[in-house]
Amino acid sequence: MSGRAWADRILKKPRPRRSGLARRQMLVAWLMLLPTLAVVAVVAAWPLIQVFWMSFTNATLTSLQPPQFVGLQNYERLVRDPVWWTSVVNTIRFTLMTVIIELILGMIIALVINSQFKGRGAMRAAMLVPWAIPTVISAEMWKWMYNDIYGVINDLLVNKFHLLAHNVAFLSIPATSLPAVAAVDVWKTTPFVALLLLAGLQIIPNDIYEAATVDGASWLQRFWYVTVPLLRPAIAVALIFRTLDALRVFDVIYVMFGNQQSTVTMAIYDQNWLVNFSNVGYGSAISVFIFLIIAIFVVIYVTLIGVEVEQ
Amino acid sequence: MFINRRIAALLAVMVTLLPLLAACGGGGGGATPGAAGTKAPGAPGATATAPIVKPTSAAVTPVSTAAVTGTPSVPVTGTQTPAPVATTTAAPGATTTTGPTGMATSTTAPSGTAVSLTNIPTSKNTAPAVPNAAEAKKYSGQTITYYGDSVGPGHDFDMAAAKQFEKQTGIHVKVIPHPKEADQTYAQYLRLFQAKSPDADVLIIDVIWPGSFAPYLEDLKPALGDSAKTMYPNIIKNDTVDGRLVAMPWFADFGLLYYRKDLLQKYGISGPPQTWDQLEQDAKKVMQGERKSNPNFYGFVFQGNAYEGLTCDALEWLASTGGGTFVNQQGKVTINNPQAAQMLKKVQGWVGTIAPRGVTSYTETESMDAFQGGNALFLRNWPYAWGVANAPGSKIKGKVGVAPLPAASGQQHVATVGGQELAVSRYSQHKQAAIEFVKYLTSPQVEAWRAVAGSYAPTIVAVANNPQVQKAMPVLKVQAVRVTRPAGILGKNYNQGSAAIYQGVNQIENGSDPKSVLPQVQQQLQSLLKK
Repeated sequence: MSGRAWADRILKKPRPRRSGLARRQMLVAWLMLLPTLAVVAVVAAWPLIQVFWMSFTNATLTSLQPPQFVGLQNYERLVRDPVWWTSVVNTIRFTLMTVIIELILGMIIALVINSQFKGRGAMRAAMLVPWAIPTVISAEMWKWMYNDIYGVINDLLVNKFHLLAHNVAFLSIPATSLPAVAAVDVWKTTPFVALLLLAGLQIIPNDIYEAATVDGASWLQRFWYVTVPLLRPAIAVALIFRTLDALRVFDVIYVMFGNQQSTVTMAIYDQNWLVNFSNVGYGSAISVFIFLIIAIFVVIYVTLIGVEVEQ
Repeated sequence: MFINRRIAALLAVMVTLLPLLAACGGGGGGATPGAAGTKAPGAPGATATAPIVKPTSAAVTPVSTAAVTGTPSVPVTGTQTPAPVATTTAAPGATTTTGPTGMATSTTAPSGTAVSLTNIPTSKNTAPAVPNAAEAKKYSGQTITYYGDSVGPGHDFDMAAAKQFEKQTGIHVKVIPHPKEADQTYAQYLRLFQAKSPDADVLIIDVIWPGSFAPYLEDLKPALGDSAKTMYPNIIKNDTVDGRLVAMPWFADFGLLYYRKDLLQKYGISGPPQTWDQLEQDAKKVMQGERKSNPNFYGFVFQGNAYEGLTCDALEWLASTGGGTFVNQQGKVTINNPQAAQMLKKVQGWVGTIAPRGVTSYTETESMDAFQGGNALFLRNWPYAWGVANAPGSKIKGKVGVAPLPAASGQQHVATVGGQELAVSRYSQHKQAAIEFVKYLTSPQVEAWRAVAGSYAPTIVAVANNPQVQKAMPVLKVQAVRVTRPAGILGKNYNQGSAAIYQGVNQIENGSDPKSVLPQVQQQLQSLLKK
């Protein structure tokens, strides 16, 4: 049952009756929510409002003067900032590449480990290894594997499989650097997607499949007409999780590329202005813009997939 | 589900485990890189703002076995290597002033009054006696907090010095190592200053930071002005903001050309290249021969990634070929000039020929690894590389020479300077005790000890010229004009200006035309200078 359904039950449904009991229940509900709301206000709402406010000022960390209100100046500068738009394009490219591939691979893996075979438990545990490795470590590890002189990937492609004539600097050529880091993210996060989908698969009752088999449905038909529709909530959750994560990607790219412009993402560009350049005003404007872009994606998902399909 | 389970399971196993197994198995092709010991812990830091280079040649062995015989030991923990990159300062030989053209010119450094340095301790655990103990005793019983070094053996040196200081003066020193990544340190210091925090009394700061931290730092001129006169004037100039001496130089870094003596000899090349053209020729000649046995052999590796290190390398390329120093002393942006464009075009030509294509994402670590693994003839790096290259077990131990970086013919050899300074917070509640501690750390005795026991290049002229120090640090004998990044003139906008420079140069390396990139960089720098 979703939070929305709970809210409906507690807040909406008793309302028309407006009995004394209902009012008392409402009061108790609000009282019980109060501590949570207070915490949310302090740790989430207040900083958020602060960021919105800062984005309209010229606040810096290096100036001793209090920040001044500058209106929309930061935003005007931002929309004309070519590096910012590069970072937006990079981030969206990265998001599309990783989310689509992760979903496909995650689905295959989930189907595999949902079926009966020997060593399934060990398989499920082994699958999670890439996800369990801290991102900074896996990014460093992959950086070594991609290395143009010593990297194992070049060694395999050039010396073992003879697919390439000479070593390629995957991380330095702008055309290959973003796909290379997307591959790292796919390797690392596919298990997480598989896990979410596996949870969805496990609640699909077996008798539906049996009925479909009796009716003569092929494997593909069973997958398409039974598994996919029933898995929709799980797919939606996986997609939203992964898309939001990918849109704020920072660590894996920062470790592998630093500030290189061919791979700069929105979060890295923001960090640059907030921390390295101490420009809180401009950095906050970038943060607000990131917030808006992520919000657009969420709205698209909610309307397209319909997250609220549950009863 | 009736998928062919075995095949699918196999596929899943491969997808998840193969890269992991491959990584554990180590790099396949070519030689094994320079071991864990040379891997920078602060990779993120190295890429960011102002990574710090420290001449941590090593975990301190006594002089006799250290740099003299070229065998400083490097611990194989992953935490050794500096997340390098430098900043501004000096070293022996010469000082820099920048002429109206933006080109560095050289003046001879004062030789410095002789300081008698006897019994220089050779262990990082034994700090020398406190020369200013008598005055410092006045503040006995006070407690000061020192944000100290965290790279290489730096913290061990700090602890030893703090212990000695406390023993002789009664001032208690709390040593807190700063975060390993320079940009995090920068952010942490800013937070402390913004909060007007009395919790930091003495801070180690990068040589490019005095401009941006000046408003929060105490003027040390009244107390330490006399000792400042014994140091390299260009670093003192760097640390003086609006007439206030906001930090005391502590140790220096400078760019050097490392080369493979054995390979030059093998191919009949008489010595290290004097000009960039000669470096190109030598590199091509040796590559041609070496590639027969090692297809991954390259001529020259440097720091080409988009980060502070590239600003340092680019400064050397430009200043050594008449291309100026980005911004001249009069505050005029000089980066967009024909010589600069020509040199950067040349650098663009190196990428993928004498330098690996991957050099555009190399920091100190990757370039050091290529050299250390025997896959490069020339390396541009800081003094710490001497220790790493000559560490026990190093593939190239004893085969390495060090020289000034090449220059265009008729131009002077230059080196970008970096290093670390010590500053006192203006929000400190124990300023006098803090100043006494800085006085001790920047005394000739302590600088000599750190040079001999840890290969930290001294900032005091007389200490750098001391025979025992010179014997321990052969890199100190390399003569080049020291050039500084425009940190002072850009002040708090330095990080942004440096980013404009390294992003532009990185684009040129990756194939953009210098003639279209340099005007953009010029424009960005100009807008930062106006602020």
